[in-house]
Amino acid sequence: MKNEHPDTPAEPAMRVLEKRITVSRRAFLKGSGAAAAGVAALSTGSLMLPARDALAAEFTELGAGPGKTLLVMARDIFPHDRISDRYYMLAIEPYDAMAAKDPALKKLIVDGVAQLDRLAMAAFNKPYAEVSTEPERLTLLYAIEHGAFFQKIKGDMVTGFYNNKAVWPLFGEEGSSWEKGGYVNRGFDDIDWLPKA
Amino acid sequence: MSKTFSKDDNSVVVIVGSGAGGGTLADELTRQGIDVVILEAGKHHTQEDFENDEWAMFAKISWLDKRISAGGWHHTETYPNLPAWIVKGVGGSTMHWSGLALRFMAHEFKTRSTYGHVPGANVLDWPISYEELAPYYDIAERKMGVAGTKASGLPPMPPNNHYKVIEAGARKIGYKDIVRPVASNTRPNDGRPACQQIGYCMQGCKIGAKWSTLYSEIPRAMKTGHAELRPQSMVLRIEHDKSGKATGVLYADKDGKQHLQKARVVCVAGNSIESPRLLLNSASSLFPNGLANSSGQVGRNYMNHTTAAALTINPGPVYMYRGFDIAAVVSDEVPNNPDRGFLGGYHLEGLALHLPFAAAFMKPGGWGREVSSALEKFDHMSCVWVCGEDLAQEENSITLHPTEKDQHGLPIPIVTKTDHTNDAAMRRHGLGQWRKLSEAVGATRVIDMPPYPASHNMGTNRMSAKARDGVVNKWGQTHDIKNLFVSDGSQFTSSGAANPTLTIVALAIRQAEYIAGAMKRREL
Repeated sequence: MKNEHPDTPAEPAMRVLEKRITVSRRAFLKGSGAAAAGVAALSTGSLMLPARDALAAEFTELGAGPGKTLLVMARDIFPHDRISDRYYMLAIEPYDAMAAKDPALKKLIVDGVAQLDRLAMAAFNKPYAEVSTEPERLTLLYAIEHGAFFQKIKGDMVTGFYNNKAVWPLFGEEGSSWEKGGYVNRGFDDIDWLPKA
Repeated sequence: MSKTFSKDDNSVVVIVGSGAGGGTLADELTRQGIDVVILEAGKHHTQEDFENDEWAMFAKISWLDKRISAGGWHHTETYPNLPAWIVKGVGGSTMHWSGLALRFMAHEFKTRSTYGHVPGANVLDWPISYEELAPYYDIAERKMGVAGTKASGLPPMPPNNHYKVIEAGARKIGYKDIVRPVASNTRPNDGRPACQQIGYCMQGCKIGAKWSTLYSEIPRAMKTGHAELRPQSMVLRIEHDKSGKATGVLYADKDGKQHLQKARVVCVAGNSIESPRLLLNSASSLFPNGLANSSGQVGRNYMNHTTAAALTINPGPVYMYRGFDIAAVVSDEVPNNPDRGFLGGYHLEGLALHLPFAAAFMKPGGWGREVSSALEKFDHMSCVWVCGEDLAQEENSITLHPTEKDQHGLPIPIVTKTDHTNDAAMRRHGLGQWRKLSEAVGATRVIDMPPYPASHNMGTNRMSAKARDGVVNKWGQTHDIKNLFVSDGSQFTSSGAANPTLTIVALAIRQAEYIAGAMKRREL
């Protein structure tokens, strides 16, 4: 997005961010090939299904099935269509290592996923992650939203997803600024679309 | 130059807490050659420890010892164990404060006379007037370097994007009193640099442009050779002799080892939850209901401002976090005008959030597209915090838990708060006005948020002319014990509509003058 103001050439345009990844992807993407393809702008839909399966396969403790359920659930909790599965993975993949050390957490997740899939089978005759539309999946989440499993995943997502510096550029959040000298010379006062007083 | 005092030295003034009240008091007393020992429960962080990271700093500096939210307020659901958002560390909540240095208005010192009897509330006039405090407000503004004030002589904070978008909306709907007195240097001042518009002010100012006792008053007090600072020293009880005079304090060091520090005078400045808790925990056979509590008002009349918040999605980008955290502040609604359907008034304060806190506080517990679709427009957001008068009610209180104990074996505090109908009416009005202001510049969506955990905690050891109505007199000296003072916001008789820090500092300067005089006259 660019703001041009031919009437007032003396004033430079507002420093507007494009809400795309500007830092090296390598810094936070471990995988390549199928996983990196998940970062492409086309992140949802059937084209990406193999990529999603590849991500889910990273859940070695919980298993690929529950991993995929968590991934789809994470998306449904805070859906951002232009953000790929990879970033949702960053929020939920820590559960796999934690589950290996914490039997209570593992049980919460395994049982929670099983219950969600039971509800999905009863209503749509397929597991939750395969239910094709978001409104259909939401009816299932509404049924469990007050339970401990859903509350745990949703609560952790608030920080696991939105406090991940890797997603900040996608929202226009610039993060730490003191090492760049703050914004005193970087557009703290350059808003240019307000109606003139 | 830092000095060490013997624990048996009963000539020292012991100050409990090192924030706006305690830190200022230490500075003012040591200037006059009075020896002080500052006992601070938290760690001694430095600017090296400060990060431009909301959650990292929340974890690092917040007071996270367990507290319980009780009563009818929203926090019992949203923040059951975090009723208040304040700091544990040297400098106290002056590390986290937004920097907004507003004065009380004259009528806010005279709430009982102005409002009359208010059913369901325990409203009382302060025993001091605005006119009496005004000269100390001047000194406080100079000390703290409040930008744009006559007293400091510092230029105003230059408007950032967030300021401009709020100001434009405010003017469009007819507001005229738009202010921004912030205690952050607009040019190098008092050994601290000028604001670089870094943002993250509430995470601890990385360069020290924003005033904090951590790097202003405390080091200055230490340099005089009259102060000793003991961090990680949690005061457990105040000791007294048979005559009822305070003799010292018992505290636990970082290893849990207990020490008794003797004292000539004890000043309590641990914020409005810990200060009454300490007085209540100091109950003895002579004072079975706690120290300085003959009125039964210790821990009562807890106020934390009538607050609400909202996020606005504007038609163009704002990047509200670029620059100083406080944006435009609308003061037009502060005067008392009962025609609006409530007593007292409020400020509309622009207060920036970064993405992580916007996500956490916008709709606590919320999920789905309602939340995510708004956050996609984070870069277009502006944010308001409504700060309005909270009427004192006796039942709103700090009490001790009957069974649950903290790491020192002391009962944990229960923070009980229920809205007065006045609060609900004011909150509604404030959010309504913000919506109008936002829509005036073309906002496409305004999302009302529940109040944050309380950062302004006041009133639990309140000032009163008569001993039966409150805990301390007009100097902050307890009615019951001559050499025991309260030096923080718990002295406030009313909350006003102003952020409390400037008033805490002004009161501490005035109190230091009184203590120094009384010591010279041998009254203490």
